Amino acid sequence: MKAAKGFVFKYGDNVDTDVIIPARYLNSSDPAELAAHCMEDIDKEFINKVHEGDIIVATKNFGCGSSREHAPIAIKAAGVSCVIAETFARIFYRNAINIGLPIVECPEAAKAIEAGDEVEVNFDTGVITDLTKNTTYQGQAFPAFMQKIIAAEGLVNYINQK
Amino acid sequence: MGMTMTQKILAAHAGLDKVEAGQLIEADLDLVLGNDITSPVAIKEMEKMNTEGVFDKDKIALVPDHFVPNKDIKSAQHCKCVREFARKNEITNYFEVGQMGIEHALLPEKGLTVAGDVIIGADSHTCTYGALGAFSTGVGSTDMAAGMATGKAWFKVPAAIKFNLVGKPDKWVSGKDVILHIIGMIGVDGALYKSMEFTGSGIANLTMDDRFTIANMAIEAGGKNGIFPVDELAIAYMKEHSTREYKIYEADEDAVYDEEYTIDLSTLRPTVAFPHLPENTKTIDEIKEDIHINQVVIGSCTNGRLDDLRIAAKVLAGRHVAEGMRCIVIPATQAIYLQAMEEGLLKTFIEAGAIVSTPTCGPCLGGYMGILAEGERCVSTTNRNFVGRMGHVDSEIYLASPAVAAASAVTGKISCPCQLD
Repeated sequence: MKAAKGFVFKYGDNVDTDVIIPARYLNSSDPAELAAHCMEDIDKEFINKVHEGDIIVATKNFGCGSSREHAPIAIKAAGVSCVIAETFARIFYRNAINIGLPIVECPEAAKAIEAGDEVEVNFDTGVITDLTKNTTYQGQAFPAFMQKIIAAEGLVNYINQK
Repeated sequence: MGMTMTQKILAAHAGLDKVEAGQLIEADLDLVLGNDITSPVAIKEMEKMNTEGVFDKDKIALVPDHFVPNKDIKSAQHCKCVREFARKNEITNYFEVGQMGIEHALLPEKGLTVAGDVIIGADSHTCTYGALGAFSTGVGSTDMAAGMATGKAWFKVPAAIKFNLVGKPDKWVSGKDVILHIIGMIGVDGALYKSMEFTGSGIANLTMDDRFTIANMAIEAGGKNGIFPVDELAIAYMKEHSTREYKIYEADEDAVYDEEYTIDLSTLRPTVAFPHLPENTKTIDEIKEDIHINQVVIGSCTNGRLDDLRIAAKVLAGRHVAEGMRCIVIPATQAIYLQAMEEGLLKTFIEAGAIVSTPTCGPCLGGYMGILAEGERCVSTTNRNFVGRMGHVDSEIYLASPAVAAASAVTGKISCPCQLD
């Protein structure tokens, strides 16, 4: 799986799916339309500043709240290549894997990496490198079962291959 | 090493004698649920699968409830997509406007959820059915699609936290206060990835509607599910509402719990969660300042059931909402609406200056039917008070029970019914 490399947008604890994509936009399920409002209620500038490949880093319980798959869809469609957090809320965790948005749990990296840092994530080894600070962290590798889903680029392909 | 109640249900549905926390399993599903926001995405995903329709037309429930009656053209398109899918696949349990209700109040009422079931729903509050002794959990649209196609879902078997409830709650203390107290105690990620297993003699003092409210908000502590033992009250509820066979699972005596808490219900007080997290709780006695509000919402999958409306009506009877107050009451299903009408509750609400809406999730998630403007505050019986959840990013939501919400509507500031006389 191709490594992720980009600049970091940093957020705190409990980033909920209502701020990732407010429900007032859930009358659409078009990825591009959802991406246009991604993070709007927590960071109005996010969508203007984000570039293809950039990385979101947050602390505890990222993606808590609603089960809306529109949240990881919006993040992925905004160009984000990976989300690193101390912990993820469980429905968001499943959804990200199921739609093929790479996520990594790594408390040390999530705490130390700062906004604007350039970061690389190697998904084969789980190693996260902060190129700006010249530091590395070992992220948690996915269980073999989930690696199969990710390798198939999502649950739909995985089921089709079975 | 024994199994928890949740682990036993999962083991049985995976065809295994034994499972343990952390194990990845594939389980058979008794019901797959979706609403008008999540189903269109699931339907799109299912179309990409090499599958011939749904696994069982009787084991899927489609409930348009979030933005219905359609709030705008885009919502109408989504509902049309769900309706056409239901028709094409001959889905037995599709609920059109007129039959629909808020999904998590509707499905138990229609007898579609019983003890021992494994249920997934593309809605985070699917955990509600744990009140009946089922394993039920929220998932996303792709999981829903896979569930509709195959009748199976993968799970990581959860570890558990045990909540031993004892004692009897005081007047004006309800299931909402119990769960807000717990979330305040363990935090919004206090039960992350885990099952919240309720047990103890105090459960006998909680109505079914109390238990639905408690299980409903397990997700607000990060829980995978919340689950109650099946007692006579739960059996009576299932017998009244369902023709399906239920199966009772009980935790082993030597089941393993990561943490255990004992909560004396008699010591709890009406509890309010302040902006912008459900864990920011204060008891009514700890609120010293006057917190003036503009709106009250009484409804949702958390607190739109008959008990909730009865309590609100009891508080509002013979009183009037404060000047300038917008008080919005939303019965969760048509049956609740009808019963509330027959009991005269709707008359009480209207005479008190409240409005009564058709069932909808509407304001809870900032959809419609009560959106807040900049700087406005709402006391709401719903489940989330995140930034911008009910409208403007600079509005505020205070989560509370129907009793506190109704009393606050009367005084115009956060209040307990005990403060009205």
